[in-house]
Amino acid sequence: MKETFTITAFSENHIGLLNRITIIFTRRRVNIDTLTVSPSAIKGVHKFTITVFETHEMVEKVVKQIDKVVDVIKAFYHTDDEIIFQELALYKVSTDILLNSNQVENIVRKSSGRIVEVTPTYTVIEKMGTAEETQELFEELNKLGILQFTRSGRIAVTRLSEELLHNFLKERNLLWK
Amino acid sequence: MSKKVSGSHALMLSLIEEGVDYIFGYPGGAIMPVYDSMMDYQDKIKHILTRHEQGAVHAAQGYARVSGKVGVCMATSGPGATNLITGIVDAMIDSTPVVCITGQVVSPLLGTDAFQETDVVGISMPVTKWNYLVTKAEEIPWAIAQAFYIARTGRPGPVLIDITKDAQFNEFEFKYKKCESIRSYEPRPKINKDKIKEAAALINQAKKPYILFGQGIILGGAEDEFRTFIEKSGIPAAWTILGVSALETGHPLNMGMLGMHGNYATNIMNNKCDLMIAIGMRFDDRVTGNLNSFAKQAKIIHLEIDPAEIDKNVKTDVAVLGDVKETLPILTEFIEKREHSEWIGEFKALSKIEYEKVIKTDFYPETEGIRMGEVIRRINERTKGNAIIVTDVGQHQMFASRYAKLNTKRSFVTSGGLGTMGFGLPAAHGAKIGAPDKDVILFVGDGGFQMTIQELGTINQTQAAVKVVLLNNKYLGMVRQWQQLFFDRRYAETFLMNPDFITIAKGFGIEAKKVLERPELDSAIDEMLNHKGAYVLEVSIEKEDNVFPMVPTGASVSDVILEPQK
Repeated sequence: MKETFTITAFSENHIGLLNRITIIFTRRRVNIDTLTVSPSAIKGVHKFTITVFETHEMVEKVVKQIDKVVDVIKAFYHTDDEIIFQELALYKVSTDILLNSNQVENIVRKSSGRIVEVTPTYTVIEKMGTAEETQELFEELNKLGILQFTRSGRIAVTRLSEELLHNFLKERNLLWK
Repeated sequence: MSKKVSGSHALMLSLIEEGVDYIFGYPGGAIMPVYDSMMDYQDKIKHILTRHEQGAVHAAQGYARVSGKVGVCMATSGPGATNLITGIVDAMIDSTPVVCITGQVVSPLLGTDAFQETDVVGISMPVTKWNYLVTKAEEIPWAIAQAFYIARTGRPGPVLIDITKDAQFNEFEFKYKKCESIRSYEPRPKINKDKIKEAAALINQAKKPYILFGQGIILGGAEDEFRTFIEKSGIPAAWTILGVSALETGHPLNMGMLGMHGNYATNIMNNKCDLMIAIGMRFDDRVTGNLNSFAKQAKIIHLEIDPAEIDKNVKTDVAVLGDVKETLPILTEFIEKREHSEWIGEFKALSKIEYEKVIKTDFYPETEGIRMGEVIRRINERTKGNAIIVTDVGQHQMFASRYAKLNTKRSFVTSGGLGTMGFGLPAAHGAKIGAPDKDVILFVGDGGFQMTIQELGTINQTQAAVKVVLLNNKYLGMVRQWQQLFFDRRYAETFLMNPDFITIAKGFGIEAKKVLERPELDSAIDEMLNHKGAYVLEVSIEKEDNVFPMVPTGASVSDVILEPQK
């Protein structure tokens, strides 16, 4: 059975590493739904957050292969109920539709979105949430006309009480002594 | 003490620090500074000029496989580097430690489609254990130290270091520090004693235990630990093609080869055992046949260094992670001394059937033409299992791996996972360089021989005494066998109009002889083995010689066939 999995990989910040990770998916014909790469809380360590819609068995194999990459420190995977996750979406509409009625304002307020910039010609709205929630706001606003829409990949933290990477690093540091 | 040197000198000094004695390579524009520096270190590092970069990487593989050291090859940018790729893939899938050094265009030209510029790091990314583009001379010692550490530790594999020409020229203060650990890389998984105890408990209860062993034992240098383990456990064992020389072929517990053209008993017993103990092997599809009907009745223990191999193809009941050099002695301690004579008797009964139906006619054929099996038998009788056997890919490879007698460690070199035709000749050359005191005998077919035949020139230049046994059936025999069995004998493009191999060998300055008839064979083999230098012995083979037993693709290992259906 396929479901959404969130894969997180912590790695050195080396050129080409993103490619080394994505080819693991390509080779097995696993489609990456979202991908976010950013520095992690640990200096010099980068974090990849990848979502896929796949079987547990396949995800397990892929994660083992990611973990095997020399410059990857550690890779984990989680189901949606094991993590708290968010995506960010930005919507650009014309300022005219904002001014012409209360509709835009109501929609934004109802969806817990936020207006981040208003100029004489355009207005930018942001919303944090799941892909479904940001999609819902897109559909509402699009009835009035959207100029641009963009959505980020997923970011996530675990609901676990133990910090997997932290524990792992502690263990490795001990190993090196 | 540090001194200011150019990047290319730093590279040579780094290679010396890593104990490199041979480089197999081919010069070209983007690697010329390194070749220039090489001249200053000829007393420490010898360069072997191959005739094609593919020859260089396969030679480095052959060298690594027999010596246990890291093989080193070198090429220029662009076509030089891309010609290495097949060998790199081969080394990756067969876990061979190889460091490839390639020249690259000067760094300001990267990404400009400069002459002989190729994104070698990009191309080799899926097929290397690690790779790195060096653009600054200062990075060279670090990159080389990492490269050797990564190539040889854990599950070994190929590493490629691409060095821009400006990095080869620029000068810096050279200092070398060997790599001892990398924070993101854990080559040896921690050993979990509880898992080993669980495995021992299963072994102690088993009535029909069966060991499948692979190259992990050889890579871990654990041949002695393995022998102690099986002798105490009394368990019959079978090898994957890359595991063959981990245990002498004549050992009473050695039941033979697994896989598509493995032995009869060893295939059948996969589906009869109650416990399967897989050691340093990866359940390749050529070994398992159809996974849905492979060893379903058995509990499975998997001893393995690479966590990604656990449950990849076959679900295990107990996974023992770690280097088998460390885990096997602990396991041996926890198991009871046993003998499984009745169970071994079942193997022997099946082996007898195979001997009568297959092996006897391979060894002592009644056909007019010479068969491959008998050539190998006759060579066994002379080498007594003390030679290193190298093969190319195809029917002769299966005959050689089934029948070669091997008594010494690291004595069988073949392209197992990738099945690279053309591997044999350069790999045999590398093997002879890596093990100069041993007889190195290459079995090669007429197809594969012509893929890298230019390496006869390299052999002539080094005068390495490689003995080439060319089994010539004028066909791409393995493909022809499949055409015969599965494609109604429609021999599409498998007939070869061959050249006069003897003239070719002699043209390269190598002694050669052709044998057409059986009575000449023994004396010709003696002549080849007694000859001081390299030698090509061409044997004309029966054209429809086939390899059996066979597990047809997609079939269950229990459906192994002993002879073609009439």
